[in-house]
Parts: sequence; structure tokens; C-alpha cells
Amino acid sequence: MTSQDNMSEEHLPEATHGHGGGPVVSKDGYFADPGLPPHEHRRTDIDEKAARRAERQVATWFLLSMLATVGFIASYVIFKPGPTHHVYIWPVGDVSPLNFALGVTLGISLFAIGAGAVHWARTLMSDEEHIAERHPIESSPEVREQVFADFRQGAKESGFGRRKLIRNTMIGAMAMVPLSAVVLFRDLGPLPEKKLDTTGWKAGMLLKNMNTGEPIKASDVQVGSLTFAMPQDLSEDDEDFQVRIAKDALMLVRLQPGDIKDKNSAAWGYEGVLAFSKICTHVGCPISLYEQQTHHVLCPCHQSTFDLSDGARVIFGPAGHPLPQLQIGVDSTGNLEALNGFTVPVGPGFWERSE
Amino acid sequence: MKKLSARRRHPLAALVVLIFALAATGGLWAALAPTSSASADASQSLQVEEGKRLFQVGCASCHGLNGEGTNLGPSLVGVGSAAVDFQVGTGRMPAQQPGAQVPSKKVIYNQAQIDQMAAYVATLGSGPVIPTQDQYSGGNVASGGELFRTNCAQCHNFAGAGGALSEGKYAPSLAGVSAKHIYEAMLTGPQNMPSFPNSTMPEQQKKDIIAYVQHATNSDANPSYGGMTLGAIGPVSEGLFGWIFALGALIGTAIWIAARTPKAKKS
Repeated sequence: MTSQDNMSEEHLPEATHGHGGGPVVSKDGYFADPGLPPHEHRRTDIDEKAARRAERQVATWFLLSMLATVGFIASYVIFKPGPTHHVYIWPVGDVSPLNFALGVTLGISLFAIGAGAVHWARTLMSDEEHIAERHPIESSPEVREQVFADFRQGAKESGFGRRKLIRNTMIGAMAMVPLSAVVLFRDLGPLPEKKLDTTGWKAGMLLKNMNTGEPIKASDVQVGSLTFAMPQDLSEDDEDFQVRIAKDALMLVRLQPGDIKDKNSAAWGYEGVLAFSKICTHVGCPISLYEQQTHHVLCPCHQSTFDLSDGARVIFGPAGHPLPQLQIGVDSTGNLEALNGFTVPVGPGFWERSE
Repeated sequence: MKKLSARRRHPLAALVVLIFALAATGGLWAALAPTSSASADASQSLQVEEGKRLFQVGCASCHGLNGEGTNLGPSLVGVGSAAVDFQVGTGRMPAQQPGAQVPSKKVIYNQAQIDQMAAYVATLGSGPVIPTQDQYSGGNVASGGELFRTNCAQCHNFAGAGGALSEGKYAPSLAGVSAKHIYEAMLTGPQNMPSFPNSTMPEQQKKDIIAYVQHATNSDANPSYGGMTLGAIGPVSEGLFGWIFALGALIGTAIWIAARTPKAKKS
């Protein structure tokens, strides 16, 4: 007997004297509901020995879970925490024995409960399929009639339809109550104002080296080098350091003046020293994967690539705007300073972004 | 001391001091100055001579007979001895073939030959010089970690495992790179790596970064307590592992749960 034969037999209309007992009569020439296939017994249904074996297997799973729980408690007591205790376990590598033992034992104790339950359901619980018919949701006509009658009587006795003043003021009162909740939304925070459009950079602000915390001389920045800068008034100890550096971080590079293709960009630098925002204009990742020979900057998040020799034009990837450039010059002592704030918003685009 | 100080006004004291001073100066001059400077000059010029010979055999086909550069290789004027020591000492140079990036491979010159070539290239134009031991050892690991995350981690990964750049270029892994070579790389900016000159990253900070890199990439000093690192290259390898093994195990379990229970044979 091939499987093909097996299939056709199972799904033939004759097979509808199955256990389900659903409606089997063909109506209006449609195919009759074939119903459920006849129930086949499992070994454990007919062989008491097999059933007992399955019972022992399920119990073994549950016992394993108990042992693993005991093991969890024991490992908690036995192993010491801390980075000085570690062992090599193949193929996992160097691990803390405490973490490893806790994880393994807890995993086994949970998995064994699940595996025992599944094995129990598959071998010993009844596997006969039953059909439960849906019942109509509608109430009986008598109940419906009674409810409608009660409603009409109530409406009449309350005078809801007759006393219009009461009805309208009540609707008004109830409509206005949610306004209190809407007003409370104001407390969700101050309005965003112009925070997305502005940064901490202002004209005359010195560029501060993020490594040394000192102002940067233009002569310190060599061709091919990469330096990170922040505004002079910002310090890593400031309470709002993270908030501000997220917008103010600068990438400082120096190109041979002849290599700069964008003349406006060159004019905003100082003798080839260019300052660009470090925040990607796609979704705001900090980018500084700078290739000093190609002058490309790559964003590690979505591979947006900017050409710093060409006004940080987007040459690849999803970013929608070039990296904003900060116009810089030098003060009387040769330190680099901002000649202006950023003229376009830094970071990712937003609805109200001015072009 | 007391005896000496008591006789310091003796008529012959000045004479004695004078004799001592003359003897010391003359002795020092005789012992050190003429011979050592002469031999240093000689060995220096010999080294440059040897380096030039090596250069013309091994490097000139791309960098030009006088290191002026061709369309195959950049000019070496002003790159300094540190750049030569790094490029040749890590096996990047001589390059096997042109391409997006010249990889590190087996070093084919010995240190003496590398020093000779470095000495020759240094004569082409002044540039960064090979650092001495005290310039790259004894850094602070903790402050190096902060500096590494600010300046290096974007390309070389938080664990120094390296990462991809654009168009086939990549930042190499820092595991096993010697302190001197890390220092030289920061100073000279080999290939597409930007340089971090002492003017914007002082020498002490370079020492700190080197200390951090050597600590973080040394599995004996800094074993991974989380077990398998999967290369510590971030979400790609971890995601791949999760999708294949964790999801595979889940699918296997689901198949087992839904599998048809074996039926007893009717006959």
C-alpha cells in the first residue's frame, strides 16, 4: 500500500463515520464534510507495558528537572563569583564556573519540565479529536423582547427624551470631562523649541581637543590626521555632557588644499583644516571611520559614505544630507575657533527641518 | 667631608681642583668624543648606503629609484623611518599586488635590513622617527581604554578585533601587534588609517592606548568571562550564531512537539 493510497482512503467521504460525528449530509450538491479520520490507537493506548514505560520516561524528565534545581542551588553555594575564578570549558572557552553552572542547571530544570509535559501529552493523554460546535451568540427571542421592553420603559420613566435641557447638558458635561486628561499631556515635557536646529557651537568658540582638553592650534593638525573636538565650554564632567556632545561632536581633518574639490567647503576651513559634524545625517550614529587617502568617512550603522574632500557629499548609503560643516578660523594665538554656529541642523532629518 | 671642608681654604686647594677638573674633562674627551662620533658617522653612512642598495632592489620598482613615487606607489619623501619600520616590519611592504589594501604578511627582511632601509628613507625628507622602548611602554590601561574608544574603536572595534571599511578596505585586528608597531601606526597613519600626531595625541596617551590594546587583545591577561567571543566582531557573528543554532534548536523542538505520535500497527 503506497502512501498515495493511504491518503485517498483517509480523505474519502466514506471515512466520515469517524468519531467526530459532524454533519455528513451533502447539501445543494456541495461536497459532504469528510469529518475526522478514524482514530488510531498508539502503542501506549493498547499496551499497558508501553504505557508504564512512557510514564517512567515522563517521570524521568521531571526528576531530571528536580536534580537540576538542586544542582542550581548547590552551584550557587559552591562556586565563588568574581573575575578571578574562571575555567576553560570546551567549546565555550573561559567562563566563570558560577555563571556557567547556574545557566546550565536552570536551563535543564526548565527544559526538562517542558519536555516531560510534551512527552506526557504525546504518549499518555487522550489523543482523540473532538469537534465542538459553535453556538449562536444571539439571545433567544423572548430574552430580546424583554430587554427591549425594559429599555423602552426605563427611557419613558426617566424622561430622557422629553426633558431636552437635562439631556443636552448631560451630554455636554460628559464630553468635557476628557479635556482634563488632554490638558495634563502638557506635563509630558517642555516644547522642543529649536533644539533640533541648534547646537552648542557659537561664533568665537574655541575648538577643544577631546584627548587633551586643550585648545587646538591649526598647526597641530597635520595632513592625514584625525582629531575629535568639542566646544570650549563643554567638559566631560558636565551634567549635560552626553546631551550636548550628541550634537556638538566634531571631526577635524586636514587635507592638502589642492585636494579639496568643493571651494565653499575649503573657504569654511582654515588652510585645509576642515571641521565636520561627527553625527551621521541618516539616523545619528557617531561616525568617524575616516580613510585618510580617499577622504571618505563611513558610517558603521548603515554604510552611508561621505566624501570630506567634496563638502562631505553623500556618495553611498541611505543618508539624505551631507555632513554639516562648521566654519572655522584662527584667533590671535593661532587656536582654531568657530566663526559661526552650524548653519544647518546636525544629525538626522526631521519633519520641520529647514532645508 | 669635614676634613675636606676644613681644608678648602688651603693655598693649594684651587690647584688641586683645577687639576681634577682638567683630568676629568680631558679623560672624558679622550674616552668618548672623537672615536665614538667618528664610528657613529661611519656606521650611519654605511647604513644609509646599505639601505639605499636594499631599497633599489626591493622598493624602487613602485616607489621610484629615489623614493619619489610612481603611479604604483606613493612618494616616500618625508614619511620618516617610523613608516618604513612599520610597513616592512609588519610584512605589509614589499606589497604582493596592488589592491584596495595591502595586507600584513610574512616579514621578509630582518630587523637590521629594515633599519638600513629606514635610515635611507629618513634621508629623503624629515619625518617621524622609529620610537625607542620608553616611548611606547608603561601606559595606563584604564585611561587607554577611554582614549581607544574615542579615537580607535570606530574602525578597530571595541575589542580591537578590526572591522570593514568601504570598497574592500578594512581595519585590521590589533591582536598580536607589537607595541612599537602600534605606536608607529598611530604616528604615521599607514595606508588609509588617519595619523594621530603627538601634537593632538601626546605621547603619554599613545602609551596608554598601547597598554589597553595589549591588555584587551591578550586572552591570558584578559580572558573572555562570557565564554565564546565569536571573534568579538559584534552583531554579525552573534546574530548568525543566534539564527542558526538558537533558532535551529527552537525549530527542532517545535517539530518534535508537533510530530505525529507513532501509531500501533493494526495487525
